[in-house]
Amino acid sequence: MRKLALSDEILMSIEKPARYIGGEYNSVMKDKDEIDIRFCMCFPDVYEIGMSHLGIQILYDMFNKREDTWCERVYSPWPDLDLVMRENNIPLFALESQDNIKDFDFLGITLQYEMCYTNILQILDLSQIPIKSENRKKGDPIIIGGGPCAYNPEPIADFFDIFYIGEGETVYDQLLDLYKEYKNSDMKRRDFLIKASNIPGLYVPCLYDVCYNNDGTIADFGPKYSNVPDRIVKQVVRNMSQVTYPEKPIVPFMKVTQDRVVLEIMRGCIRGCRFCQAGMIYRPTRPKDVNLLKQYAQNMLDNSGQEEITFSSLSSSDYGDLAELTDCLIEKMNSEHVNISLPSLRIDAFSLDVMSKIQDVKKNSLTFAPEAGTQRLRNVINKGLTKEDILNGSLQAFKGGWNKVKLYFMMGLPTETYEDIEGIADLSEEITELYFDNIPKEQREGRVMVTASASYFVPKPFTPFQWAPMIEPEEFVKRAYHVKDKFREEKNHKSLKFQYHEADITILEGLLARGDRKLCDVIYDVYSSGQIFDAWTEYFNKENWDNALNKHNIDVGFYTYRERSTDEILPWDFIDIGVSKSFLVREWELAKQEQTTPNCRQKCSACGAAKFKGGVCFEAKN
Amino acid sequence: MKLRIKYSKLGNLRFIGHLDVMRYFQKAIRRAKLKVSYSKGYSPHQIISFAAPLAMGITSDGEYFDGEFDEITTSEDMINRLNEVGVDEIRVSECVLLPDSAKNSMSVVAASDYIIETKNNESEISDYFALANNLSEKIDSFINQDEIIITKKTKKNEKEEDIKPGILKLEARNNKLYMLLSTGSIYNLKPELVLMALCRYLDVTYNIFDYRIHRIETYMSNEDGSLIPLYEAGKRF
Repeated sequence: MRKLALSDEILMSIEKPARYIGGEYNSVMKDKDEIDIRFCMCFPDVYEIGMSHLGIQILYDMFNKREDTWCERVYSPWPDLDLVMRENNIPLFALESQDNIKDFDFLGITLQYEMCYTNILQILDLSQIPIKSENRKKGDPIIIGGGPCAYNPEPIADFFDIFYIGEGETVYDQLLDLYKEYKNSDMKRRDFLIKASNIPGLYVPCLYDVCYNNDGTIADFGPKYSNVPDRIVKQVVRNMSQVTYPEKPIVPFMKVTQDRVVLEIMRGCIRGCRFCQAGMIYRPTRPKDVNLLKQYAQNMLDNSGQEEITFSSLSSSDYGDLAELTDCLIEKMNSEHVNISLPSLRIDAFSLDVMSKIQDVKKNSLTFAPEAGTQRLRNVINKGLTKEDILNGSLQAFKGGWNKVKLYFMMGLPTETYEDIEGIADLSEEITELYFDNIPKEQREGRVMVTASASYFVPKPFTPFQWAPMIEPEEFVKRAYHVKDKFREEKNHKSLKFQYHEADITILEGLLARGDRKLCDVIYDVYSSGQIFDAWTEYFNKENWDNALNKHNIDVGFYTYRERSTDEILPWDFIDIGVSKSFLVREWELAKQEQTTPNCRQKCSACGAAKFKGGVCFEAKN
Repeated sequence: MKLRIKYSKLGNLRFIGHLDVMRYFQKAIRRAKLKVSYSKGYSPHQIISFAAPLAMGITSDGEYFDGEFDEITTSEDMINRLNEVGVDEIRVSECVLLPDSAKNSMSVVAASDYIIETKNNESEISDYFALANNLSEKIDSFINQDEIIITKKTKKNEKEEDIKPGILKLEARNNKLYMLLSTGSIYNLKPELVLMALCRYLDVTYNIFDYRIHRIETYMSNEDGSLIPLYEAGKRF
């Protein structure tokens, strides 16, 4: 029997002890004495969320394929256990071996959203590892961060030894080999970090200095030493069909958020929506071979016993062999009782046909993401979805038996006017009218329902909107009320619903997304005041943030409400994602002129990602 | 074809709940490629049902579920296939074919037995467990009471209940405590309640964490009224 780090008394007194015992089917056990490197992968949120993340599964499998490395997992202890661990001084442990994380060689933390930053400090603190990189010594684990938020690592720079910029499948072997050299010699921690900084894609924040102007903007940013690179180039997988993939996914005992097989079909997106960070940082678009995917799907279903499969990609409709892949899965659905859960697809004849085959149309709703209420604003954000697309799609869906439609919007987009947001209500109304005009009374089953929801736009680094101002939370709420009133005035208001997101958490997300190193102290203080699980409304406490911001004289508006000049040095400018700054500037200008840019398959707009020599940039030439 | 499958739930898996065990077998059956029957409709589910749920913290060698299968091979093959794709702490030990008339395992459960040991040598109760003769004597006098009253706390109030009719057997076995208790829909008695009553009788402090509780077997009533393990309702194939 594997030992457990927590006693029966503790496990029986907390919620869902299965979060902390490990031992899941397909989790990997190794003999400690036969390995050199102990790596712990962390998703800084609760088990059910963390276990649903594909990236960790990919890296877990990749590391464990190395004979000299044992990769384990850890997730954030829920507040109930957090308290018990603090009271009893129990160090945080990894799920597989139940050994203390402070004795590991690496702790890798995935950075998926900004509001998990306090949870990172919780993980370090509970592990009894010094929270700040500067206080760590040889023998302490190397703390490495990766994932989308690593593209602006500055607000959490003090807490990490290394940030990995790019895709995990590329340079980890080099880092682990270097680490073995460091561990087995008298190499100093600092020298190891300098050598690590010379591996492409690795950013070691303590080796860089930042100076600020009087107005708070950055005057200069650069390496402290001449043997440390001044730019960090994102690392990408060139051939997605030759890259490692976890064909034996871990099967959790308890129900997790994504309780199904996840098949990554493509990385990157051709669309170029101007608000979308993923659409820029994962360029170029690289599809996987369809025959390989069919094989993966079969193996993963066989090895896990999961009853459901879904696709992962930024825009599955743009995957060229989607029809072939779905046909193959529908066949499995019929013969092997596999459910298919489709990610949001572009609504057209093809997707409606697929959906009608795999789900009960009466129970399911259709989802569109127009993002903005008017064509003018959709042009600004380069969302290549027209009103005609939405209306045609809805009409076909109504004729196919659907009567529930969901619409996703953002509010606070650059150049947005009240006319634009009124468009949210008008578009929703128009869809209901389409239903009443085209579906004869005798064919109507239940009430047609259009639900629109609006989130609060957050400008993200490495997008054409990285210079754009955010609207203030009070203004967001005012606009939301305005739209709500507008909905009430619509003729078919009984068939319409409007929801909007909470503003207080989002403005902090905006602050952290485009913040600089000065925010490290704020995050430290917020954590020290007892704040964790900021992403969970029930645990979020605005007061803790307000206090820490005041204490450090941080003006939220400086980071969020201000339009930045394209000449300004941005905190993340030292990272090279392939997509050039001049392309982003050009896109920002075109946005203001309400001009659209064609997608990568229609026409190459010379964004710069072609330098990675792969994917869509070379499709036509092969 | 209706099968009854017996399994153990051991070690650390005492910390996973009943629903998690159900989910575990739904997936294990698929990994083992057993031809279980599915319901019809848009979201078909496996036709399987589980007997007496086991409380968290307790291990067991006598857990059961019934399943409807489209095709079967042999008992041995099906047991092996489930174990090959299973975790170490859930082991399938029996697989029998039920007659068509058999009622499902959930409804037939009548009793289950437990073996209980102390794991805390410092606790007051451990003195009794250490001396088997002493324990035996005390248990005899405990069980010979006219009634064994415990106080059950519900959300709203407290109520007194005589649990003696639910204790079918209680004896000391090599420094351990053995008990056979009524289980299931007619009368369900949990081993913790018996321990609690025993502690009160012995005038020692009751602490659930002083004990390791293990379910040995789950039983149903035979036609003659005697208790038989659930798997005896069917035959190996």
